[in-house]
Amino acid sequence: MSFLTVEAVSKRYGAVAALDGVTLDSSAGQRTAIVGPSGSGKTTLLRLIAGFDTPDTGRITLDGLLLADGPAAVPAYRRDIGVVMQDGALFPHLTVADNIGFGLPRRARNRTAVIAELIDMVGLDRSMLERRPDALSGGQQQRVALARALARRPKLMLLDEPFSALDTGLRASTRKMVADLLHAAGIAAVLVTHDQAEALSFADQVAVMGAGRLLQAGSPREVYLRPRTPMIASFLGEAVILPATLGDGWASCALGRVAVDDRNRRGAGTIMLRPEQISLTETTHSPDGKVIEIEFSGASCTVTMRLTRQSDITIVLPQPSLGLQTEGVDVGIAIAGCAHVFDTEE
Amino acid sequence: MVMPRRPSWIALVALLVSVATMLPLGFIAWVTMHTGWDTIVALVIRPRIGELLVNTLLLAGLTVPICAVFALALAWLTERSDLPGARLWSGLAVAPLAVPAFVQSYAWITLFPAIHGLFAAVLVSVIAYVPFLYLPIVAALRRLDPALEDIAASLGHPPGRVALRVVLPQLRLALCGGSLLIGLHLLAEYGLFAMIRFDTFTTAIIDQYMSTYNGPAANMMAGVLVTTCLAFLGLEAGVRGNRRYARLGPGAARPISRCKLGRARLAAVLGFGGVAAVSLGIPIVTLGHWLATGGIGIWRPDEIAPALGQTLLLATLGGVATTLAAIPMAWLSVRAPGTFQRVLEGCNYIVGALPGVVIALALVTITVRIAMPIYQSVVTIVLAYVLLFLPRAMLSLRASIAQAPVELEQVAGSLGRSPARALWAVTVRLAAPGAASGMALVALGITNELTATQMLAPNGTHTLATAFWSYSGEIDYAAAAPYALIMVLLSVPLTWLLHVQSRHMAGR
Repeated sequence: MSFLTVEAVSKRYGAVAALDGVTLDSSAGQRTAIVGPSGSGKTTLLRLIAGFDTPDTGRITLDGLLLADGPAAVPAYRRDIGVVMQDGALFPHLTVADNIGFGLPRRARNRTAVIAELIDMVGLDRSMLERRPDALSGGQQQRVALARALARRPKLMLLDEPFSALDTGLRASTRKMVADLLHAAGIAAVLVTHDQAEALSFADQVAVMGAGRLLQAGSPREVYLRPRTPMIASFLGEAVILPATLGDGWASCALGRVAVDDRNRRGAGTIMLRPEQISLTETTHSPDGKVIEIEFSGASCTVTMRLTRQSDITIVLPQPSLGLQTEGVDVGIAIAGCAHVFDTEE
Repeated sequence: MVMPRRPSWIALVALLVSVATMLPLGFIAWVTMHTGWDTIVALVIRPRIGELLVNTLLLAGLTVPICAVFALALAWLTERSDLPGARLWSGLAVAPLAVPAFVQSYAWITLFPAIHGLFAAVLVSVIAYVPFLYLPIVAALRRLDPALEDIAASLGHPPGRVALRVVLPQLRLALCGGSLLIGLHLLAEYGLFAMIRFDTFTTAIIDQYMSTYNGPAANMMAGVLVTTCLAFLGLEAGVRGNRRYARLGPGAARPISRCKLGRARLAAVLGFGGVAAVSLGIPIVTLGHWLATGGIGIWRPDEIAPALGQTLLLATLGGVATTLAAIPMAWLSVRAPGTFQRVLEGCNYIVGALPGVVIALALVTITVRIAMPIYQSVVTIVLAYVLLFLPRAMLSLRASIAQAPVELEQVAGSLGRSPARALWAVTVRLAAPGAASGMALVALGITNELTATQMLAPNGTHTLATAFWSYSGEIDYAAAAPYALIMVLLSVPLTWLLHVQSRHMAGR
């Protein structure tokens, strides 16, 4: 059952179409990640859902309530939607406690207790309540921002790149904390990010946007393994994309004969493999390619190889750095699983 | 923190400048000590002082809040609403800065000769000083992170409450700073209030000085005036507090969405138009009227040319001297901040808050007593200008030196420049525009300065301001008009500069 629906929403800023007929569904308690390059319209979509802006056309519904029908819209302050922004956007003139309590009625009897509960919930020490936001680290600020947004028990939580200002290690732990908290509270969430790994690990549903359009939506595994276009494939991770001749569930391509996920397609097409499906072994017996460069970067290395069957094609693969060590050797290729066949519409 | 290699003599010069800035306060302290307790009591505890104090407090207590209300309304209209032609309106809101306060007064008194007293004083002060609050409020509004208002809305607060609980608190610094500036101007201004016959400490001191020259009565009033001044500084510091209102995160701010005025649009345009008509229309109409009445006869080149020449000479001398005097302090505050530098900076801050009449009175006494040769010489008047306008020059210089971080000089060094050439090629080049704009601001202040110039300049000095003042004092309003016009025209480019700066201060 749909909880949040976005139907054919369009929004222009002057001559630029920021959103062009976007339709998206999300069910109760589901975590959706909207991912796309900068300028793809993902933040605009988030702002329309939050009510900070109104669509030119299209409808937005939450839990059976119509939030926006074209420019006629429920204002943000009546939507019961929590928002956490990229830099936390804490009120600099208020203490941490007043920030967290900002959305609570001022005269609520148990205000102090609720604030204390919320700061516990996001894993911060109660001694921080009297501090000013500028005395907190970036990660702590984000936690306060989350507590502040949770205070009103919103129906939906919107997260606008909330982890991007954090260090790599902190980013993963904060992300996990947020995901667990939202799951425990049963609050549906929409996360906007340009980081594909973040989107894939955080969400139950990933929506890929580009140039104001929704390109594909589905489970993380589906969009990663069965992307609709080569562009989506490359955006969501490293991909080896090759022309191939298809038939009977097999493709013949520059890597040789490869199993594919589409039994019915025949003739020319384009296939995709994720690098983790490909392993290389040194061999002298009918090699598939020759290593021309190895770039060492610690745990992994990046191998560039020229293919034997079509010497004008070079492919670049991340590999464990314990494997191949020398440039110039001949290698054989082993492939795990199926290659994905792109639809022909492109 | 590693000290730069040049601090020793820079610190010494900064120290000397700061000692000089303490002259006026030292003078007041010295006078107080030498007058004797009984005389002080007799001079201070009397109805006249009480009357002046009530006048001053009423004036400040009425003018500052009214200015704040107008400035907030105008700033909100130009920055946050869809008022048609917002840029033009914002220019009009700043434009009264180009009209010296005593010219505003002149415009009103010639249009309504009966106008006088507290009402007139508040009216003309509000018109002349609203831009002092409008500019910082606009700058602060532009610096605000719109995300905060979005978040407040998402937490269930309707727009009115967001303005009250999120926007207004963040304008606090701008409101405090602008209000202080207006308060200090109200204490220091002479011409505006003298013309409409409203007595403040400054006008009373000058009257006293003109009649008895340098009596203890004038000095004691100056003492009370300085105390009021320090009380204003303390009040502002207390209200402002030491809270931080800067943006926290580095995130890129998105352009703010403007509030739709809808039906109120026409009312807003008419209201704003009314304010502009009063603040700009009246001086323009009056000046035009007197220029037309006077015809060609009032343009006496034998008087106007020397007045213009002397004004430009004094403004240039004062501008250069003030900037030079500010360089060591500005340098220290950017490159070697510390306790020593903060104490010196405090001195500069206080002297900048003192009214010109106090500085002039101090310099008159000191030169007569111990440095007779420079009494009423160009040296003394330039010294007075330095003391009056040092903080203006400091502000611009500090900002521009801060734009030339020491790392750039080090990079220049690593590219083979000697330290002196690195300083010249990098820091001086980068700081030059700021120094120039600071110098221009000081020169503008000097052009419109009346009090200290009257009291300190060599005999026979006629600047635009003093010539204007003596003609309007003789009720020869037509003859005064050309001087007023020239002062306004000289002020226009700098007002424009301030306007543009306020729009760019936000860094976008």
